Amino acid sequence: MAKRNSLWANIDWLTVFIYLVLVFLGWINIYSAVFDAENHSIFDVSQRYGKQLIWIGAALLIAFVILLIETNFYVFFAWFFYGAVIFLLILVLFFGTEVNYSKSWFAIGGFALQPAEFGKFATALALAKYMSTFGFKLKRFKSLLTIGVIIFLPVLLILLQNDMGSALVYFSFLLVLYREGLSGVVLFFITLIVLLFVFSLVLPEVTFFILLAVITLVVFLIMNPGMKHFFRVVLFFAAALALFAGLGFFIKAGLKPEHILAGMLMLGGIAAWIYSLRKKLKSYLMIALVFIGAVMFSVTVDYTFDNVLSPYQQARINELLGIESDPLGVGYNVNQSKIAIGSGGMWGKGFLNGTQTKFNFVPEQSTDFIFCTVGEEWGFAGTFVVVLLFVLLFVRLVILAERQRSGFSRIYGYSVAVVLFFHFAVNIGMTIGLMPVIGIPLPFFSYGGSSLWSFTILLFIFLRLDASRLDYLSQ
Amino acid sequence: MNTFSKRSYVIIGFFVLVGLVFIAGLFRLQVLDPTYKVFATNNVLRDVVQYPARGLIFDRNGKLLVHNKPAYDLLVTPREVEAFDTLYLCNLLEISKTDLEERMKTARAYSAFRPSIIVKQIPPETYAVLQERLYRFKGFHTQSRTLREYNYPVAAHVLGYVGEVNPSDLERDRYYRQGDYIGVSGIEKTYEEWLRGEKGMKKFLVDVHNRIQGSFLGGMEDVPAQIGHNLVSSIDIGLQLYAEELLQNKRGSVVAIEPSTGEILALATAPTYDPGMLVGRVRGANYARLLADTLNPLFNRALMAEYPPGSTFKVLNVLAAMEEQTINLNTRFSCAGRASTPIRCTHDHYSPLGLIDAIKESCNPFLWNTFRSIFSKYPTSAGGYDVWREHVLNFGIGQKLNIDIPGELSGSLPEASYYNRIYGSGRWNALTVRSLAIGQGELGVTPIQLANYCAAVANRGYYFTPHVIKEIEDGEIPNRLKTKNFAGISEEYFEPVIEGMQRAVEQTNTAYLSRIPGIAMCGKTGTAENPHGSDHSVFMAFAPRENPQIAISVYIESGVWGARFAAPIASLLVEKYLNDSISTERKWVETRMLDANLLNPIQPK
Repeated sequence: MAKRNSLWANIDWLTVFIYLVLVFLGWINIYSAVFDAENHSIFDVSQRYGKQLIWIGAALLIAFVILLIETNFYVFFAWFFYGAVIFLLILVLFFGTEVNYSKSWFAIGGFALQPAEFGKFATALALAKYMSTFGFKLKRFKSLLTIGVIIFLPVLLILLQNDMGSALVYFSFLLVLYREGLSGVVLFFITLIVLLFVFSLVLPEVTFFILLAVITLVVFLIMNPGMKHFFRVVLFFAAALALFAGLGFFIKAGLKPEHILAGMLMLGGIAAWIYSLRKKLKSYLMIALVFIGAVMFSVTVDYTFDNVLSPYQQARINELLGIESDPLGVGYNVNQSKIAIGSGGMWGKGFLNGTQTKFNFVPEQSTDFIFCTVGEEWGFAGTFVVVLLFVLLFVRLVILAERQRSGFSRIYGYSVAVVLFFHFAVNIGMTIGLMPVIGIPLPFFSYGGSSLWSFTILLFIFLRLDASRLDYLSQ
Repeated sequence: MNTFSKRSYVIIGFFVLVGLVFIAGLFRLQVLDPTYKVFATNNVLRDVVQYPARGLIFDRNGKLLVHNKPAYDLLVTPREVEAFDTLYLCNLLEISKTDLEERMKTARAYSAFRPSIIVKQIPPETYAVLQERLYRFKGFHTQSRTLREYNYPVAAHVLGYVGEVNPSDLERDRYYRQGDYIGVSGIEKTYEEWLRGEKGMKKFLVDVHNRIQGSFLGGMEDVPAQIGHNLVSSIDIGLQLYAEELLQNKRGSVVAIEPSTGEILALATAPTYDPGMLVGRVRGANYARLLADTLNPLFNRALMAEYPPGSTFKVLNVLAAMEEQTINLNTRFSCAGRASTPIRCTHDHYSPLGLIDAIKESCNPFLWNTFRSIFSKYPTSAGGYDVWREHVLNFGIGQKLNIDIPGELSGSLPEASYYNRIYGSGRWNALTVRSLAIGQGELGVTPIQLANYCAAVANRGYYFTPHVIKEIEDGEIPNRLKTKNFAGISEEYFEPVIEGMQRAVEQTNTAYLSRIPGIAMCGKTGTAENPHGSDHSVFMAFAPRENPQIAISVYIESGVWGARFAAPIASLLVEKYLNDSISTERKWVETRMLDANLLNPIQPK
């Protein structure tokens, strides 16, 4: 058992090690992404790799200082940090500088600061502080409301800056709530609504409806493995389809396939619902309700999108979801990114030998698309190691969080894990085309002082809390 | 210790699951999928932007005015360049060795990895030879572009020209990339978004010799270019050709409008240039030459030159006074010829006379009295002036007409405050500004405004904003060009004035050069005072009197009197437009106008 009072002995060096490796790998790849054969010096501060060295040095210093500060400081000043960040987020709306259509930067001299980045650890602290107060009960309406306000206040302010990516990060706190006892059903429904929203816009209606029908039928089958009811339900849908297809054929009402499918799904769903009511099949009833809701929701989303939103707003959402087919637009980014990663092959082209990720073939190659450089120059071997390191870090963080004795430290620890995870999942998912293009950085990898510092602060406050876990009595 | 600690396994499971999905995805992308294997050797895929052909431009009778010819750009990707026969390339492309080296350096400075254009607009003949040898020049490749070609050497200022985008275009519209072409002036600029089409993108595989081996994925990822929309201009190219011919060796302009639609039939300015001069590799040199030309052929007089309208303005003053009911058909003013005050009359005619003959004879004293009568109706001079000025503005004078080609100026029509500043408030009156009564003084009217004002008279009280577009393929011409603008004068007042204009052409001695047998043309001559030399010759007219087909304004700089040059030239153009040819008994007028040389008067006639 480690000694109580020795800070350095109680720090989780494994996490620190993974952190250092990731930061180092990140820098190597930024160097490569910006590398110019004709003029190079590692310490050239006019280049991004030179600047990033400064950011890294400063980040290490910040980490060191954080470790020196007493644990109570973070607990005591949690609300203060939160308030300060909210203040900065409001301030940036008025005095910020606009970069890429989002007004989220303070430019002080040649130095840019993004308050949204620092909102993450501040919100995590505030959440941990609030949820660890004595007598706190998550199930209470008032608690949920307060938590909602804590999370959505920064989200709202960041959305006002037009920075959709950074705002989405805060949804990752839902996972923390889940760990702290939020009903899985709530989580399920939120996820369902988000998925429905995205899919009903991304997929063509026909595909979406067929997918929905198939999934529902499968769920039916799994929940009630009796073939008799199942066949009857399938029969309802088939009959409804025949009805609408026939209608479309005979009256030539100009029904489009998606209208026929929507009608069939609604009618079939209602028939299945009535059937389950009469047969007193409770689970069937639930599924049918969810299903009808899903179809209606999707139709509403489509309608709202086409008829209510302005073209500008549509473009924003299209851009976010990567629907644009313009080869020089967003689709271009993902395509180039996939080409870069895919061309790396098993072992990669070697350090500094990448061609696709240099000189703006891949846009934002040193920030949001830095993973392309890894993929191109280090191949599958490199990407495998990076993904592995990240997953290791997340698992380690969850284990650390679970061993905390104070609720504050545990909640904060989970927050760190899920925020980092969200960035990881969205960023890498985006570069390999599994996720829509949402511009958020890859933790410790992407170029940029604000994001590196914010992730460092986020992580090291937790390491500091963890180092003094033995000071607390079990709660 | 915590009731929900089991959920940590769910969360860890979720993290690991996402990690596994990513690893599977990466494995498929990097190891299994052969599509991207192709890229394991460097840069074997080449994106070639497909430039669409610009839309064609036709004249109102369907004659092709502007079309496209192929040209090729040579591009270089510095990183791929190996030693090559510099001399051969230089000779073929007709550039010097140092020039080539300079361009290579620029390309390297831009990017070692991305292709940049090194020689632009190579003609097809050279390209045919180059393409054969291109395998010897690693790192070089070509792309095809289109250049404009003009079937007629006229209408340069209407059609405009196409040039490379400048940084502010790139900033304004993200469609453009460095090196793209954009309409810089005229129709090419106004209707750029219709003409340009949509760029496409083709992906090609190239071998180690840098030769295209075929399309990538069978062209699945290609986006075809979409050809630009064709336009029909309202210009009548026959009339335009004739107008520019008549303007040769003169400074001046012709604007002809179809009154019933506002369509511009001809818009000529002289001196001018051949639009073909601003195309291709010679463009830069030619542009510099035109810019340095002391005759200033790049200056579009029809839209930008401001002259006093002279006596052509009398028609408007009479109309304004009739609308104000300060004169009517029974009004007579006497004229004492050269002894008249405050403005003398240089024309011999009977006295006193009414408004019809006042216009016919262009009587200055009548117009002075008419002008003064408007002022007298109102308590203050400034008040009367403002009412008069409003009438002038209603005819589109003193403000931009917002026609559909760029560069138009607003002319000048001072506000009352201008005179207040000069003479002091309340210390000036109709007498002070009497020059305005006969179209001189502070007035500045552009030829297009004069033609438009004439069209408003021809229409008996309204005009359509003049425009050079007639039809857009798959598009609509803007509504603002199809809306009537009313001049605010009752229709009944026009007939007597028009009668005066017809008599001016048919019954005065001065206008005998301008009479067209069989066509009832109504016109008014003018002389614009020119402080720098001989006065300018001005004429406006429309014909036929009933159901007018054409309204025209002609300015001939230093042409002395309206009747000397402007009126005969206008009559020839009207005759040409309405009858399609010049009658034999008027051939001598045509010859005289064609031969007249006002640029270099020393030449024998």
